[in-house]
Amino acid sequence: MNIRELVEILSGRILLENHSLDLEIPRGGAADLMSDVLAFGTEGMVLMTGLTNPQVVRTSEMAGISVIVFVRDKTPAPETIEVAKEAGLTLINTGYTMYEACGRLFQAGLPGRGQVKITDNSW
Amino acid sequence: MPEHQITKVQELVYTTRVESVMAPDVVVLDPSMTMAEVKDVMQKKRISGAPVVEGDRILGIVSMTDVIAAMERGELDSLVTKSMTRDVKTVRKDASVIEVVNQVGRRGYSRLPVVDNDGRLVGIVTAGTMIRGLLHQMDASYHKKEAEKIQTYRASHIFDDIVSDDTSLVLRYIVDDKDFDNAGKASSNIKRSLQRLGMPPPIVRRVAVAVYEAEINLVIHTDVGGEITVDIRKERLRLSAVDHGPGIEDLHQVLQPGFSTAPQWIRDMGFGAGMGLANIKRCSDMMRLLSEPGGGTRLDIIFLVGDNAPGAKQQA
Repeated sequence: MNIRELVEILSGRILLENHSLDLEIPRGGAADLMSDVLAFGTEGMVLMTGLTNPQVVRTSEMAGISVIVFVRDKTPAPETIEVAKEAGLTLINTGYTMYEACGRLFQAGLPGRGQVKITDNSW
Repeated sequence: MPEHQITKVQELVYTTRVESVMAPDVVVLDPSMTMAEVKDVMQKKRISGAPVVEGDRILGIVSMTDVIAAMERGELDSLVTKSMTRDVKTVRKDASVIEVVNQVGRRGYSRLPVVDNDGRLVGIVTAGTMIRGLLHQMDASYHKKEAEKIQTYRASHIFDDIVSDDTSLVLRYIVDDKDFDNAGKASSNIKRSLQRLGMPPPIVRRVAVAVYEAEINLVIHTDVGGEITVDIRKERLRLSAVDHGPGIEDLHQVLQPGFSTAPQWIRDMGFGAGMGLANIKRCSDMMRLLSEPGGGTRLDIIFLVGDNAPGAKQQA
């Protein structure tokens, strides 16, 4: 699934475009807990979240996440967009809830990380 | 022309927006002008066409051809509104340049007024401004890539170029406490530096996650901030987060996943789930936490690189 398809499936809006829309997204994840993002984030992933503070972007940058989807039409503050510009992330928002945004993408074939245990040490 | 250059031009035509190839200072004509006045403006400003504008609205467009035609008819004293083309084709500033290529190249338009989302005139694009704009973009992206390549090359060869019995590179970062706007900045810079040094991506990821957790801890839990140092050698990387804050009462307790002393406002931001140290431990090859109440805290994290890395043999 590429970014263009992802935006279509979520009826989303691109807030900041830092990648080609043809970029393939390997998998997705969702969290409001930043430590969860750090625990399961993988390179190139899309993250669904309800938080819009700049730390979401920083955390995603550290975890290697490429695209952030803000659910329930939340719009991030200008500071958040500023950090994302610098970090090279693409930002999208969607009117769907976290559950439904994830469900739609999963149904369309975008996989997750499978089971990630707290003590998981494999990368 | 080699094939990859064609693709670069094609890519630019699609990815560049009209606003970066247009001329932003548009010479506009007033509907009350005569064709003689229009002719003078074009001569003086050395342009071959201009839109006729009233307030924010584009009424029409006049080209040198229209002026010559009016001259031949002996109508230079007539109003510009009589000779202008009324059906003006415009292009939006956020459209991609391919749209201009289609209109100018295929349909034969010489110039297209550029408008914003509200239809206001913001510039004008011609074959000339378009080509200049694209050449500039090609040049800029080439220089950026080359500069990045050279910097990465220089940095990644530092351990080969510097001759000593034991070379290490030490990076130091100051972290302020409760400064959430800048929290993560040190980690972001460390990640970028390691990439530039040519560290393997899996290591960079592990270090990034660990140092970010450590940096957030400094921001949340110390009253005074702290310092992060990264000591890089060819075969291992040692990360230290040191602060002179309140210290930790029970070292066993803080290592338990889920244990946290973070206040509610920190939790509202998505932090303070008590997974920080567990995450660091999971990412690193060795972790040591030293602290006593009132005596500050020191966290050392070690990552093995290259042949020493635990994953290296499995992958090979």
